This record gives sequence, structure tokens and C-alpha cells, in this order.
Amino acid sequence: MEYVIIIISAIFVNNIVLAKFLGICPFLGVSNKVETSVGMSGAVLFVITIATIVTYLLMHYVLIPLNIGYMQTVAYILVIAALVQMVEIILKKVSPSLYQALGVFLPLITTNCAILGVAILVIQNEYNLLESVVFAIANAVGFALALIVFAGIRESLDLVDLPKGMKGAPIALVVAGILALAFMGFAGIV
Amino acid sequence: MNQVKNFTKGFIKENPVFVLLLGMCPTLGTTTSAVNGLGMGLATTFVLVMANIVISLVKNVIPAKVRIPSYIVIIASFVTMVDLSMAGFLPALHAQLGLFIPLIVVNCIVLGRAEAFASKNTIGSSFIDGLGMGLGFSFALTLLGATREILGSGKIFGLTLFPDKYAMLVFVLAPGAFFALGYLITIMNKLAKKN
Repeated sequence: MEYVIIIISAIFVNNIVLAKFLGICPFLGVSNKVETSVGMSGAVLFVITIATIVTYLLMHYVLIPLNIGYMQTVAYILVIAALVQMVEIILKKVSPSLYQALGVFLPLITTNCAILGVAILVIQNEYNLLESVVFAIANAVGFALALIVFAGIRESLDLVDLPKGMKGAPIALVVAGILALAFMGFAGIV
Repeated sequence: MNQVKNFTKGFIKENPVFVLLLGMCPTLGTTTSAVNGLGMGLATTFVLVMANIVISLVKNVIPAKVRIPSYIVIIASFVTMVDLSMAGFLPALHAQLGLFIPLIVVNCIVLGRAEAFASKNTIGSSFIDGLGMGLGFSFALTLLGATREILGSGKIFGLTLFPDKYAMLVFVLAPGAFFALGYLITIMNKLAKKN
């Protein structure tokens, strides 16, 4: 039951993009086409899960025993940057087709604050390892949901006649606002 | 003259939020009030200035291949300093900004200025560049925070302007962040066209 609550809360109620404002850069940056947004979502799901497991173990088996919990930010960002590079190299060798699909998005992910944000939130919420993994995957699914729906809307937005000043980023932000408004309807479920 | 340009470009012409659309996460996430926006802006400014100074000092020592990881470690050290000092001296503000303080580390503005400016310029101009960009960012965050605070709760910096039964609460909540920023950028675009 706890896991169900974590999943529903992370996907709908506290959606990582529309309620917690993490991962806005890729949300605005790669949402022009549904196809690319699916690729980005896949890459995020992949990296966020591995990064959460690795940073969780790092926190509980290295930083806390050594009593240097304040090194969290420095240690995490280094681990995530190294991890993304490593995933890229391994994917290239092991699964070229998956690499082709996700390849271009992987370097972008290092500076995606959703990854670091989830890794820190897991520690703040005092989840155990299994809960952390569930939380990470649910957040990635929430990210994918918001991104793909948004990309679908933006594709048809190209056909709309807009005032000059609103073209591009401004109308995208207003649409994201309406989407966030819709997601607010989920508040109170859990 | 050149230094003046370095300083002022961050406010309007190359404003990181309104023009370059960088650092969107803290921009949207922390601007529920003008004070929060200002606090976040100043914390980022400190990191930006210090990271720019240190990176321009060590730019000749770092091999080009490992420069990005080195920059990230320098930035992360200053972020940790801000995080811990804020938790100690300004606990209320620290609780409000929460997760977004450690996340300054992945703010594209900081790494962007390190890579695009501090790694190629002298300490003096890097300092001014960092300060200008940081204050431009703070200016944008304060403006957005003030807009949301006035529309959402009828207050500005905590002073009541009109009773909050006439205010639109949605502007303090998540969707209002997107709406307010969207329309502020529209207005900025409109003003930029006129010049």
C-alpha cells in the first residue's frame, strides 16, 4: 500500500515537472516533437533509476559512516556526471540500437536537475532502498507523462495564429500553466 | 566602458531568465514571493561571482579535457558553503527555498558563465561579469516574485496592498508561476521590439 501511495503521489499529485518544478529545461527544450520527447523520457527513466540507487548506497555506506554528510552536493554531482558518461560508453558497446535512440539525450541529462533533485529528495524523505527505487521510477514516469502530453499540445500549437510577442517560449509557458492547472485536480487523492 | 557593458548586459540585453531562458527551475520554483525570489537570486549571485573568480584564477592550470568536472567541483563547493551558511543564519528562508539551494549546482547559468566567460577572461572582468549576470538573475526573480505576490495575495514584500479576498490565489500556486513568467516574457519581447 505504501508503494501505491508513493507511485500515485509522484506521478499525479506532486508531479515532478508541473508541481515541483524540477527538470524544466528539458521540459521546455525537447518538447517540440512527440518522438524526441519519448526518447528523452526513456533516457531520464534509465539514468534516474541507476543514479538514485548509486547515490543512495554512496550516502548510506560511504558518506554517513565517514561522518561527511555535508559533502552530499559535491559527491552526488560528480557521481551523476561520471555515471552518465559510463552509461553512454556501456550502451554504445552493449546495445547500439538503444544507444541510437537515447544517445543524443544522455549528455544533456547531467544538468537535468530532476536527477539530482530526486537523489536528494530520497534522502530527505528517509526512504529505504526499495522505496527509493519505486520513488525514482514513479518520478520518471511522471516526467514522461508531463513531457509527452506537453509535446503533443505543442505540435498542434504550431498551427495557431499568435501575437508576435507570444511566439515560442511565452506561449509554451502559458500552456504548461494550463497543464499544471489540470494536474492540480489530482490534489487530495492521497 | 567595456567593463560597464560587461556589468549591464545581464539586466536587459542578455538577461538570463527573460532572454536566454536559463535557470528555469529555481525561477519558477522559488518565486512565490518577492523576498524568496530575491533570496534565491542573491544566493545564486554569490555562487556565480565566487565560481567566476576562482575559475578565472585556475584556468591555466586545468587541462582542457577535465575542465568541466573541475568547474563542477568548484561550483559545488561554493553551493555547499551557501547551503550551510543559509541553514545557520537564515533558517526560515532556507526552509522556504529548500531543495533549490543544492540545485544551484546544476543551474545552467553558473556553468554557462564559467565555460563561456571566466575560462577566457581576466579575474577583474570575470568578477564583473558574474556580478552583472547574478544581479540580472536576481532582478528577474524579484520581479516575477513581486508579480506573483501582488496578484496572488495582494501583498508586496509582506506589506498589504489590498485585502486578499480580491487576490487570485492561483498565482501563488504552481500554475501561476508558468502564467506569470509567460506573460512577463511576452511584455519583455514587446518592449524589446520597440527599441
